[in-house]
Amino acid sequence: MSEEESPRVAIGISFGNSYSSIAHTTPEGKAEVIANEEGDRQIPSILSYVEGEEFQGTQAKAQLVRNSKNTVAYFRDFIGQNFKSIDPTPCHQSAHPIEHENTIAFKIKDTEAEEENIVSISEITTRHIKKLVASASDFLGKPVTAAVVTVPTNFSDVQKHALKQAAEAAGVEILQFIAEPVAAVLAYDARSTAEIKDKVIVVADLGGTRSDVAVIASRGGMYSILATAHDYDFSGSHLDTVLVDHFAKEFLKKHKSASDPRLNARSLAKLKLESEAVKKALSLGASANFSVESLSDGLDFTATVNRSRYDLLASKVFAGFTRLVLGAVGKADLDPLDIAEIVLAGGTSHTPKIATALQNAFPESTSVLAPATSVTALNPSELAARGAAIQASLVAEFETEDVEQSTHPVVTVTPHLATAIGVLCLSSNESQARFSLLVDRATPVPVRRTKVFPTPREGGDVLVRLVEAVAEIKITAPAPRTKNRDEQDVDGEEESESEESEEEEEHRELVWRPTKTIAEAAVRGVKKGGRVEVQVNVGAGLECSLLVREVGGKGGVRGEVRGR
Amino acid sequence: MATGVKELPLPVLPDSWTAEKDFKAIGTLSDPVQRNIEPVGPHFLAHARRKRHKRTFSEDDRIQAQENVKKVEDDDSGEISEPEDPLMLQRDAKDWKGQDHYAVLGLSKYRHRATEDQIKRAHRKKVLRHHPDKKAAAGNTEDDSFFKCIQKATEILLDPVKRRQFDSVDEAADVDPPSKKQAKGKDFYKLWGNVFKSEARFSKIQPVPQLGNDKSTKEEVEHFYNFWYNFDSWRTFEYQDEDVPDDNESRDQKRHIERKNANARKKKKVEDNARLRKLVDDCLASDERIKRFRQEEHAQKNKKRFEREAEAKRQAEEAAKAKEEEARLKAEKDAADKAEKAESKKAKEAAKNAAKKNKRVIRGAAKDGNYFCGTETASPAQIDSALNDVDAIIAKLDVDELAALTGKLNGKKDVADIKEIFTTEVKRLVDAGKFKDGELKSLS
Ligand SMILES: Nc1ncnc2c1ncn2[C@@H]1O[C@H](COP(=O)(O)OP(=O)(O)O)[C@@H](O)[C@H]1O
Repeated sequence: MSEEESPRVAIGISFGNSYSSIAHTTPEGKAEVIANEEGDRQIPSILSYVEGEEFQGTQAKAQLVRNSKNTVAYFRDFIGQNFKSIDPTPCHQSAHPIEHENTIAFKIKDTEAEEENIVSISEITTRHIKKLVASASDFLGKPVTAAVVTVPTNFSDVQKHALKQAAEAAGVEILQFIAEPVAAVLAYDARSTAEIKDKVIVVADLGGTRSDVAVIASRGGMYSILATAHDYDFSGSHLDTVLVDHFAKEFLKKHKSASDPRLNARSLAKLKLESEAVKKALSLGASANFSVESLSDGLDFTATVNRSRYDLLASKVFAGFTRLVLGAVGKADLDPLDIAEIVLAGGTSHTPKIATALQNAFPESTSVLAPATSVTALNPSELAARGAAIQASLVAEFETEDVEQSTHPVVTVTPHLATAIGVLCLSSNESQARFSLLVDRATPVPVRRTKVFPTPREGGDVLVRLVEAVAEIKITAPAPRTKNRDEQDVDGEEESESEESEEEEEHRELVWRPTKTIAEAAVRGVKKGGRVEVQVNVGAGLECSLLVREVGGKGGVRGEVRGR
Repeated sequence: MATGVKELPLPVLPDSWTAEKDFKAIGTLSDPVQRNIEPVGPHFLAHARRKRHKRTFSEDDRIQAQENVKKVEDDDSGEISEPEDPLMLQRDAKDWKGQDHYAVLGLSKYRHRATEDQIKRAHRKKVLRHHPDKKAAAGNTEDDSFFKCIQKATEILLDPVKRRQFDSVDEAADVDPPSKKQAKGKDFYKLWGNVFKSEARFSKIQPVPQLGNDKSTKEEVEHFYNFWYNFDSWRTFEYQDEDVPDDNESRDQKRHIERKNANARKKKKVEDNARLRKLVDDCLASDERIKRFRQEEHAQKNKKRFEREAEAKRQAEEAAKAKEEEARLKAEKDAADKAEKAESKKAKEAAKNAAKKNKRVIRGAAKDGNYFCGTETASPAQIDSALNDVDAIIAKLDVDELAALTGKLNGKKDVADIKEIFTTEVKRLVDAGKFKDGELKSLS
């Protein structure tokens, strides 16, 4: 596409509570995250004002120590909300949100003048987006005019509307909001090496102040969210706190009479910033250095922590993440065995132990896409922005109205199969037959699927029996081990417990149970070694047609099953 | 295209299978679920194009689409709301051990049953209301002590280990056992049932068998008591530990308290096990079902005995009857045998008599036939020879032949006729090989 035809310059924006990212697609169609002037691809979503000068990103973050009152941070979730429904906790060490004219605002000195101004959340958002877009425009060498922006799945229409207006005030047209977890899946599926397969994906977006999980059915490249979970009790900041407490205690151990750095705002801010840096360093290296000048009472403090120590200190938070993901799978009425992939997104997903703990909690058949568990994993911090950039490239040339029409529920809400459809193999006797999947449940209709099956050794007449089936979990108990129970110890609680954990786990597998026959068809006179192609078409009204024929043969049998 | 996984072959068509045009529609697909497809990615765009192709949607369509869709986001309103006790709001967070963490989060009626998700949501709800910044905005002093209580409650309830320690001593979740008086009739199952439902939370093995009701089977009841007499509890008593001093100075003191705590925990655990055992004893002692089962068992035993005795009696009677019958049959048979014997004796005698008579007739006939000498007067030698020959004939004849010969001779007076009859008889006997030809001189 040439520029004359498309005056829009559209980018993808991931606007987080902690960090924001901007991304574009290269002429080859590859999504790429843009670094701002400071070289950051994860730009802290922070604005700070020093004598009327505005700072954003890493520079603004540094102001949390000396100028916290005029530094606005962690505000994304406040957009479009009223004061009653927000949690001000993350803003404890920056400008506090206040209630102002039915909306939320910050009281900051944002001009050279002495007095404080009340700056609304919309205004802050506009300023932040303006900066982001300016960075993108700089990089692209042309003014960015439009964007696709990612938001959490529980962002309300009111919030989206407020964000859209704030962006418009910054001169940016929001073409579309897309869900953060879906953007992450799109980022993976848009890779040239990606293979579009029907599968269930869990996206665990572990951010700075919240963690969000979505269970997504991916069917023929279309995505339907089956369940979500939102969590504000286990997130990146809780990992920071683990290290803050650790280093504060180490500091107090060394300087017995010094005052606790956690009790002084400025000391705490330093401690927090450095702890976050240490945390990030531990995602890459086996150990990291902590070093803060004048931490408390004018005392400098340096220390080292290694990864295994950190993993131990943070084990409860890590376990919380695992439970959160398992809980979301349960909410979707699924079993870990149903999950083909876990996409780890968000900055916290860089943490190796989180990825390995998830891998341990899920069966081997589940691949955990994170830097620690997969060499082909994409950068978790970039997934949302990349997905947004890809979507932006797809819709950039559409009329605004067209996008609105296409994203309306009247188009997006679609009947999805409640039960999987497939054919019986091996035997026409249900107890011996094996179900072979054609269309999985939660697939939107209309849908067509084709599969080729071998036939019995001698060929001849074969039966194609189209059935619905449900997946069930078959649990096989481990063979009981005879234990040496000679030494019944008195105070051996711990011992018996460790014994239990050594015990072999039960074996779990997914088996299909046919529940209903839909249709039968015969293919006659298949030649020796012949193969049969089965094609099923399900219409929007759940009417279904079956076409079976010998591969390379002529004719074939076709039949219709009425809809509902 | 087949995927990487090797497919299994289709089954052979059963011989009996027939269908018009080789296709049979049998059922319909199950009801679908209306879900939202995320409007993202190239495949969605294709879907939207197809769906919107040459179509306009009415306002009705638009509203319906929004209404029928399956919701994936939780509705946060309602659910966890419970009035806040003003006294609780004044709590000091320092006394967190004495605080009811569930009540602080508004989860009193859920307690140990509250899910992690519920706790998180309750926490968020409380934070939204009690964050010090909110209070400051409402013109209140920046008192954050209840906020700290909320944070402490959440910290404990979201930590599985700490939560168990608190749940172990959460008296508010206890249900007191009923007195004997209270637990009468139907109330027995309700009151004791609640006790065991509450105690079940401590079981390492889940689910836990419940008390049931008066319809429960003996097996169920036995299983219930067996389970509870072998109850494996995770209950611990760390939560009631005495605080261990944190500073490094008083190391001995620290160790002393630690030891004291360990002993106290152990003691409480033993006491708790005994408490539970007594609970089960008490329940068992007044469980009507046990009595009933015993009675039923007794009745069953009696019934069995009756049945056994009746059966024995029946068998004895049957045996006696069989014996009688046998005797009767034997007597009948004997009588019949006797009669038959008599009959045959009689017949034999009659036959003998008949034979005697016949012999006499035959001998008489020889005399009437003039001893086969025609019209001449028979000489004594001739008479003797003729009589000898007749006796020889008689000796060769059986009873029937005697009768037949007698029949032929009866009433015959003519000498020639008589001789003729005898000669014929002799001839027959010669033919039968009983005499040699000419052996009987008088009749040759
Ligand atoms: N390499 C890393 N290792 C561990 N944590 C990281 C890393 N990079 C970023 N984080 C953490 O990720 C969180 C931010 O995640 P992100 O998804 O960018 O945030 P949000 O969605 O909250 O804007 C922060 O807590 C940050 O410290």
